[in-house]
Amino acid sequence: MYRYDNYDHQMLADRVAQFRDQTSRYLAGKLSDAEFLPLRLQNGLYVQRLAPMLRIAIPYGMLSSTQMRKLAHIADYYDKGYAHLTTRQNIQFNWPALAEVPDILEHLAEVEMHAIQTSGNCIRNTTTDQFAGVSADEVEDARAYCEIIRQWSTFHPEFAYLPRKFKIAVCGTRRDQAATQVHDIGLYIVRNDAGEIGFRVLVGGGLGRTPVIGSEIREFLPQQHLLSYLDAILRVYNREGRRDNKYKARIKILVKETGVDTFRDKVEAEWQAIKDGPMTLTQAEVERCRAFFHDPAYKDLPAHSDTLTQALNTDLLFAAWYQQNVAAHKKTGYAIVTICVKKTGFAPGDLDSAQMRFVADLADNYSFGEMRIAHTQNIVFADVAADALYQLWQDLKTHDLEADNLGLLNDMICCPGGDFCALANAKSIPIAESIQRRFSHQELRDIGAVSLNISGCMNACGHHHVGNIGILGVDKKGEEYYQVSLGGSADNNTSLGKIVGPAFSQEEIPVVIEKIVAVYKQSREPEEAFLHTYQRIGMEPFKDALYGSKTGETKDAGRKAAGAQS
Amino acid sequence: MSATLIKDGSICSDNWFLLAADTLGDTQADKLAQHDGDNIIVPLSCWLEIGEQLLARPGKTGVWLQSNETPAALAADLSRLPLIALNFPVFSDGRAYSSARELRQNMGFEGELRAIGDVLRDQLFYMARCGFNAFALREDQDAETALAALDDFREAYQASVDRPQPLFRRRA
Repeated sequence: MYRYDNYDHQMLADRVAQFRDQTSRYLAGKLSDAEFLPLRLQNGLYVQRLAPMLRIAIPYGMLSSTQMRKLAHIADYYDKGYAHLTTRQNIQFNWPALAEVPDILEHLAEVEMHAIQTSGNCIRNTTTDQFAGVSADEVEDARAYCEIIRQWSTFHPEFAYLPRKFKIAVCGTRRDQAATQVHDIGLYIVRNDAGEIGFRVLVGGGLGRTPVIGSEIREFLPQQHLLSYLDAILRVYNREGRRDNKYKARIKILVKETGVDTFRDKVEAEWQAIKDGPMTLTQAEVERCRAFFHDPAYKDLPAHSDTLTQALNTDLLFAAWYQQNVAAHKKTGYAIVTICVKKTGFAPGDLDSAQMRFVADLADNYSFGEMRIAHTQNIVFADVAADALYQLWQDLKTHDLEADNLGLLNDMICCPGGDFCALANAKSIPIAESIQRRFSHQELRDIGAVSLNISGCMNACGHHHVGNIGILGVDKKGEEYYQVSLGGSADNNTSLGKIVGPAFSQEEIPVVIEKIVAVYKQSREPEEAFLHTYQRIGMEPFKDALYGSKTGETKDAGRKAAGAQS
Repeated sequence: MSATLIKDGSICSDNWFLLAADTLGDTQADKLAQHDGDNIIVPLSCWLEIGEQLLARPGKTGVWLQSNETPAALAADLSRLPLIALNFPVFSDGRAYSSARELRQNMGFEGELRAIGDVLRDQLFYMARCGFNAFALREDQDAETALAALDDFREAYQASVDRPQPLFRRRA
């Protein structure tokens, strides 16, 4: 992974000193709340329901075991012993004290980490596919480009006070796992006929209050022009994005209101003025960044592992985990393991400090000391020898990390919701748990691949719009209700879910999900996944099952059933 | 003007008068008469209307742009303007950062580029990198600490006005 040199270290040290000074001026009453707000946000610090929340950047999800141990230390020392993985591949702490945040940042700087631009109206952490560089099917490793974008976006002097936040994703794998199309800028790495690397550029995607799928503004951007083109897009947005209404301030609204063709022309005009200038990427810089992501010292292993075969034949639970959580690796004899941080009874994406230290040790033992955080709030060990998989699984079991539900209904994306977040309309974590408790292991396998995403409010941190099943917490006259949508997807054919009908109460939700699943099971064709069945049969059968002819009756029945269950 | 001015890295007295948009209009002639011989910074609308007349006065003339006004409006006038000021109606309105870069990098403006309005210590470093060389601080700002803010960081990744080569072209 990327390692800091003196320049990177110096900038980080200066940043910590700057924020220490800003914090002390704020605490001394010399900076107003309004003036301190963007300064703390650009260092990841929110003021939340119960305490401040500190979001720490994990650039494009790459994390070393040393860094994970430092995070565990922070969890124990400055927090309540746990942390939460986010949908931007970051990690956040829920209980730091404001006055101690500069100290936390200083600890992080020791391991080349920070909280820069994890919040605020600026360019956020760039994300990518968690299988970048190891996927068996990839155009090009996205991480070198992510690092180039990280450096370009970090402390960008022109774009620190944008109309609204700005998120970029880069995808180099053929099967997009980065939700690229719902980003302010989505970049797909492509090759032209001459075999040269470039980017297909999408702009104006996003979730939140107004979900939009990004529009293509350039089919092929040669790689050397990456930064000047990004500068051009951002400049048009910074100048023309709406600042009169925060709900209409994202670039997606500008692109919609301007029209994609006009927007493209404006970017093109801006780009022509700065193209071929000093921001033009040099081959040397691309190579320098690539060198950080060279393959680790893989051994030459046989394609077939007797140890693995024997374990699969004798241990059914291991076989179930293997089938669900292990993916093909580009290197013979290796596998990609996803540790699903979604065990029933634990908040989705939450890790306690003991688990964090344990995962760090496992990364050292099994995966060259590195791991990745997926936007689905799971942890990936990218380089595990097939021979070692059985032992790894046994180790994972000792710390409640063996959940074998990757990609299944229980592997939900879930925001912290009303239990922690000041913005939330409703709780998310108890909803996730009530659904998880509803389905047996066997049922989950029978249902198969389905994504269920839960957000506690319109801001959509839980990506509910792009869940095959989406759940959104809403406020109905002071009570927490949940709106259900179907048909969303964040893959190469991204689609936005459609709302089924009137919202449900918290107690009704498990039954609602059960009914949705029942419709799927009745209607599916052999091997047909939930999303495809939905696309084939449409919304009506689901609506009928949920609301019947008389909405009230069905809902009452659901309520009774839910009551009986609890 | 009563605010402290930082220019080219030092605190200095301001010998320009900033004329607000609402002080002109109908009484424009009267107001201008009060500043006979002074250096004045006028709103864009005033410049577009009576620019020639202003240039004929004994004092120097600069123009200030509101954050929603773009430098393109001054494209033909740059060589005649010793000063352009960009207003921050509120510090969180970031449009002037782009205008500054556009003036410096795309349009080649070499005169004084001044930040006016809600100009605070914690934004000065980025402003300077975008090409501002003068800062009319908000009244409550301490000039010495503001001056120190220009050195908040010793290095930066991007190409910028004050350092046109990005770090990746300079990295040793």
